[in-house]
Amino acid sequence: MASHGIRDRVAIVGMGCTPFIENWGKGLDDLMIDAANDAYASAGVSKDDIDAYWFGTAQSAMSGIPLARALQLQNKPVTRVENYCATGSEALRQAAYAVASGAYDLVMVVGAEKVKDTGYQGLNAFPIANDGTARTLTAAAMFSMIVPAYGHKYGVDDDTMRSVLTHIAAKNHYNGARNSRAQFRKEISAEQIEKAPKMAGTLGVFDCAGVADGSAAAIVCRAEDAHKYTDSPIYVKALSFVAGNGSGLIDPSYDYTTFPEIAACAVDAYAQAGVTDARSQVAMAEVHDCFTPTELVLMEDLQFSERGTAWQDVLDGLFDLDGALPVNPDGGLKSFGHPVGASGLRMMFEAFLQLRGEAPEERTISSLAAGRKLALTHNLGGYPGEMVSFISLLGAELD
Amino acid sequence: MRGIISWGAYLPYRRLDRSQISAFIGQGGGRGTRTVASFDEDTTTMGVEAARLALRGIDPSTHSGPDALMFGTALPAYADRTNATAIHAALRLPASVPAFDMGSSVGSATGALRMGLSTIGDRLIVLSDMRTGLAGSADESAGGDGAAAFVIGEGDAVVAEYLGGANITEEFLDRWRSPGEIRSKVWDDKFSEITYVKAGRRAYADALAAAGLEAGQVDLLAVAAPTARIGSALAGKLGAVKVVDDLTATVGATGAAQPGLLLANALEQAEPGQTIGLVVCADGAEVMFLRTTDAIAGAAPARSIADQLAGGAPLAYGRFLSWRGMIDVEPPRRPEPARPSGTASARSGDWKFGFVGSRDTTDGMVFMPPSRVSFDGSRTDEMEASPMADVVGTIATFTVDRLAYSPSPPIVFAVVDFDGGGRLPIELTDTDADEVAIGGRVEMTFRRLFTADGIHNYFWKGKLIRG
Repeated sequence: MASHGIRDRVAIVGMGCTPFIENWGKGLDDLMIDAANDAYASAGVSKDDIDAYWFGTAQSAMSGIPLARALQLQNKPVTRVENYCATGSEALRQAAYAVASGAYDLVMVVGAEKVKDTGYQGLNAFPIANDGTARTLTAAAMFSMIVPAYGHKYGVDDDTMRSVLTHIAAKNHYNGARNSRAQFRKEISAEQIEKAPKMAGTLGVFDCAGVADGSAAAIVCRAEDAHKYTDSPIYVKALSFVAGNGSGLIDPSYDYTTFPEIAACAVDAYAQAGVTDARSQVAMAEVHDCFTPTELVLMEDLQFSERGTAWQDVLDGLFDLDGALPVNPDGGLKSFGHPVGASGLRMMFEAFLQLRGEAPEERTISSLAAGRKLALTHNLGGYPGEMVSFISLLGAELD
Repeated sequence: MRGIISWGAYLPYRRLDRSQISAFIGQGGGRGTRTVASFDEDTTTMGVEAARLALRGIDPSTHSGPDALMFGTALPAYADRTNATAIHAALRLPASVPAFDMGSSVGSATGALRMGLSTIGDRLIVLSDMRTGLAGSADESAGGDGAAAFVIGEGDAVVAEYLGGANITEEFLDRWRSPGEIRSKVWDDKFSEITYVKAGRRAYADALAAAGLEAGQVDLLAVAAPTARIGSALAGKLGAVKVVDDLTATVGATGAAQPGLLLANALEQAEPGQTIGLVVCADGAEVMFLRTTDAIAGAAPARSIADQLAGGAPLAYGRFLSWRGMIDVEPPRRPEPARPSGTASARSGDWKFGFVGSRDTTDGMVFMPPSRVSFDGSRTDEMEASPMADVVGTIATFTVDRLAYSPSPPIVFAVVDFDGGGRLPIELTDTDADEVAIGGRVEMTFRRLFTADGIHNYFWKGKLIRG
């Protein structure tokens, strides 16, 4: 049993990303065409140069045909990928392995989701026939259970917990306000956050990710070919994935203050990339902040903070845009929005921009200039106790 | 000796203060309270709860359990399929034990009790009802919801021996309702009263003779009638030593459940050697006499009617109307649940209806729902059944979901760790958002989660243990 990884064997040479908004005027096809065309242009390649496609969408389409039809691909292999909210990341993982295997030279990954055609609030899973005994809570409610559990375990009182969550929400809105592609582009005050209507538990509207339509795309080749396409390729250092077995739902020792799938995924990802001290080595992280308490716990599962101390690091500003380890400099799910199949690639898009020095000045992070070299993206799907986890580490230099 | 071996009475947690009705709608109402089945309860689920209490009262070392289940209600959850089978499944009775519906009327439900007492075999009789009616109606105000169950059989475990009874059948228009309607109509209260008093006195005299009793030998008399007025008019003419509370001031007239609840109430008050008379006015009159044995001492169920009367919580009239489908409340803007799969439900019947998980025979790990594979993935099919319905647990963490679909938002939800092993994240019912806390104790209750495509989705929920 081993996870060898494909460190420095594959590169991302072009990316595209649509704005993530409630896009009443564009359908899934439009979003995919826009993201794909941006990516072709970014890598300086044409449609015919791409050997194979991976298409990530959670539930906006089935099979590879919707992408092939939208882009009018001629006799190309298109693989549709779904793995909950980590769908976009998983699509890139599969594409990267196909390139690393030598099966293809140049491939494209497109992640897309058309969420806002349902007429419902939030995200809604496609119903699968069942015996009617499965819980039917919203994701907000499932993740809200972290708040009392974390506070109880680490002796953080309710007011302080609220301040920590508010800091996370305000930070991500501050970052999103500086991102032209983000769904919510306004800074939100602590007072606004704390007075917002409650959705589940103590979580208000501003503790929850935006729900948006959008698409993002990436073009991937072998590392040795990368400079054929760009002077500034981004190399894949690690791709790790864990599908949880739902143990947290049945195991009384699970205490809702950690996501074991993510902790295990992080250990694997850091081993693949040769990271020994994430807190000091990672320059930035795009993490799956579906809800503010999720981001809090992720800081510990990703080894940025010791257990029980992330709340203090959050309040100290460690993860702010000008902090030592900026988290979600693009605004995160919180203010960038969460079109499920696209989100994992959107995270990589921000890493791609920051590592290449192409992020707008007002949200350029300083940790890269300070000598840190790695960007991390973390994408999860599911709920506390039962989730999938994806982590990538990316860098602008070969080791 | 044949008679009642054990019993259980179930009153739903919520109470409607009748004075709210006229304040809201300008008519109806009255004094006192009535019980209200929760939005996730029906006559089947309340029947399960009463039967669980009754079955807890039998000694498994001397009693092998009932050999037939008979379920009486005037408001069956389903037509054209047996409702008693869901009760049968929730109680985990053997497949060889038949389950029959008796109904759909108060008189027929009473017949289940009478047939249980006067025939042979070990019977589980379950009586359950919800009294419906239009807003401002007498039924809405004076009615009530509840259930009662009796294990009937032979031998030394009998706590109340059946002495005999009698029946007078009358074909006359008292109450009637077409299937599917919520409103029962009444021809004429005074006509009903005169008819029932006459039939009741005649049946009572016949029953006294059949049991070899004089009127003055009846220590405790319970009279179940469509209205409190009819009941008291008849009770006053029967000459018993004491008439037990008809529960109309606190519970209401509970239709098919009322004979059971009043008999249970009498049993809970009775001392050894006392004679109990039960009179039921429904399409004629039914009379049964029982005499308590020495075994009645200490036989009261773990949850008495008095305990449940003391333990209820108020329900606002507006919420009552929405639960009854009388007013539609704006739901969360989320998809309504899909209908449960008939085949998937059949495969997981022990879990869905019986709340039976699996326990790893090697390491003792409990799985809810049951698993075929061990926690570490190393062993397959080395599990035993782990019945969890009567196991209590502790809240590990919790939330309140204001966005998810529910027939009555918000959803109060907790992760529950069961005593002796096993964890389940599950919805809590009869529990307000401000009552739930880490460390709170939870018991399980059988409920109807929702109805889709006419299919009632039965499963279990947690319920806070108070006090």
